[in-house]
Amino acid sequence: MGKGGTGKSTVAAALGLAAARKGKRVLLCEVAGQQRVQRELCGGVLPGDPYEEAELAPGLSAVSVDPESALEEYLRSQLPSRALFEILNRSRVFQYLVAAAPGSRELLTIGKIWETAQMDRPWNGAEGRYDLVVVDAPATGHGLALLASARTFKEIARVGRIQRQAGKIDAFVRDPSTTGVVAVALPEEMPVTETLEMRSALKERIGLALSLIVVNGVYPARFDSADRERLESAAGQETSPEAAEVVRAAISEHGRAEAQRAQLDRLEDAGTGLALLPHVFAPEMGRQDIEALSKQLEGAL
Amino acid sequence: MKLDTLLADTRVCVCAGSGGVGKTTTAAAIALGMAVAGRKVVVVTIDPARRLAESLGVPELGNQPLRVDPARLEAGGVEAEGELWALMLDPKRTFDDVVASNAPDEKTRDAVLGNRIYRELSSAVAGSQEYMAMERLYALHEGGEFDLLILDTPPSRNALDFLDAPDRLLRFIDSRSLQVFLAPARAGLRVLGAGAGIAMSVLERITGIDLLRDLSEFFASFGPMVEGFRERASAVNELLRASNTSFLLVTTPRAGSLEEAVSLRDQLQERGIDFRGAIVNRVHALDGLEPPMDELEALLGADLAGRAAENHRDYKALALRDRASLESLEEELDGRAIVTVPFMDDEVHDIPGLARMNLHLFDQTGPA
Repeated sequence: MGKGGTGKSTVAAALGLAAARKGKRVLLCEVAGQQRVQRELCGGVLPGDPYEEAELAPGLSAVSVDPESALEEYLRSQLPSRALFEILNRSRVFQYLVAAAPGSRELLTIGKIWETAQMDRPWNGAEGRYDLVVVDAPATGHGLALLASARTFKEIARVGRIQRQAGKIDAFVRDPSTTGVVAVALPEEMPVTETLEMRSALKERIGLALSLIVVNGVYPARFDSADRERLESAAGQETSPEAAEVVRAAISEHGRAEAQRAQLDRLEDAGTGLALLPHVFAPEMGRQDIEALSKQLEGAL
Repeated sequence: MKLDTLLADTRVCVCAGSGGVGKTTTAAAIALGMAVAGRKVVVVTIDPARRLAESLGVPELGNQPLRVDPARLEAGGVEAEGELWALMLDPKRTFDDVVASNAPDEKTRDAVLGNRIYRELSSAVAGSQEYMAMERLYALHEGGEFDLLILDTPPSRNALDFLDAPDRLLRFIDSRSLQVFLAPARAGLRVLGAGAGIAMSVLERITGIDLLRDLSEFFASFGPMVEGFRERASAVNELLRASNTSFLLVTTPRAGSLEEAVSLRDQLQERGIDFRGAIVNRVHALDGLEPPMDELEALLGADLAGRAAENHRDYKALALRDRASLESLEEELDGRAIVTVPFMDDEVHDIPGLARMNLHLFDQTGPA
């Protein structure tokens, strides 16, 4: 989880690859319907139904989770007959309720994610199980709402099947031995603040501690303060425009790297494990870049 | 074309874009720039960076706009002819206010505010933020106190969720679904046919009867307010499509954000909403000249010159990517204005930072 634009999808894909390399059977779940993981790992969206689990690499599968298909799947598994399913699925009242009730989309999404992580797949009937399900969650606020939704519904519905099932999902989500939350941040003011706030909100609302903070886009320490002085003095001299551009770019880089270090210090103070990923200067991320990042995350797993 | 010209006749400006592209900062910068240009502006935002909020002097959530003290602007080196106001949205309170102002009497109001379903839904669950942003925007517009409203759209799964929020809420409380839940509910079921009866009995089994009782109470107490909400939703839809409402796409040159910006444009057009232009943040601007190694080595020594040249090469690659991105965006947007803001050395979280952004967003030649 993390702020928008911090590279959650890339980190999710890298974590998935790292775990698959260790021999685990991994499922990557995307909830935003953008199939970013697929695009990054395969250079495009694969043909076929995105809501069906598809293997992207040995041991690594991916699936898009959306509330509509999750609802269909859930109903089919819950209702004794196909006719009943058709009635309910076509019922306007029912459609209104599900489509419009705020929060039901979150509940269906977390429900489906929970389902993929079970030993016996209760909705899908698929065989076997995944050792690890990696979720590319929506931006912080919505990610937290997703994790909290089972609890909300458990409390609204005091008895009945929904209450029991929401209770199961909630217990799973809040059990640190089954669920770990990885924060993804950039070493910048706003994403760091949001990460620290998320850490508290997670504890308060869900009762979970962050397992790990992955910091993306960390600049290499190319220049030290002695370099900076020499660069500054060169910038003060009369030079060709070509040389001036190189010097200016180096001074900017030093300034940005310094600013990043101050933000990293804030995260270090938080006392959660940090994994730093280097800034990738490639114009666009490719499979190789993600493989390289995943190697750096192996230790953190 | 810069924003002064682009927003000259605008009363409502909506900044839309995916997460992490600098939307909130951009909205604040535009608000500041338009205040400098003499307008009375309010920026409506959800969850801004604390430092930015503090530097503007509006650190609290609240539903009332707060004026940014002109002394703060001056201290930040900005002289504004107009006024800058900011409002940080508190979705839960906005929802309560809407209920209070729509309720026909105190009893209805208290019944809704005290209903367990309402309490859970209005505070705990995503989606209400989007609706409340729209609601607040509309109320401010109706109030007529400001020349210009700027909306920083809430972060969401889908960047345009907020557009559909009023209709979605309306569907939820719509009287047709409501009939079913009004106690005693069964009379309504016959109207809806046998399918609904079975649906209800299945629903009861799945959900537990308690949930249904709470729901029926919720709908019963919401009932008298549905008309008010319906009028509101259609007024909001109208406001969003008004000719002096301007949508701006906020993006960055990264391929992912650009694709999302183009898809946003398409989704807006599908809904019959026009957009004025795009703001592209964090553009790496570098001439990309060839490093003169001899000169650099004389200046910096061989070691540092080598590292500086390597650094320059990395940024040059990004600058080339950004140039190509902008060209493809220009093609996509077909003549619509594109305003670029360079990748800055410092993050923007105070008034001087916003003013630095505005050097790029606004025309610097001064008023004509």
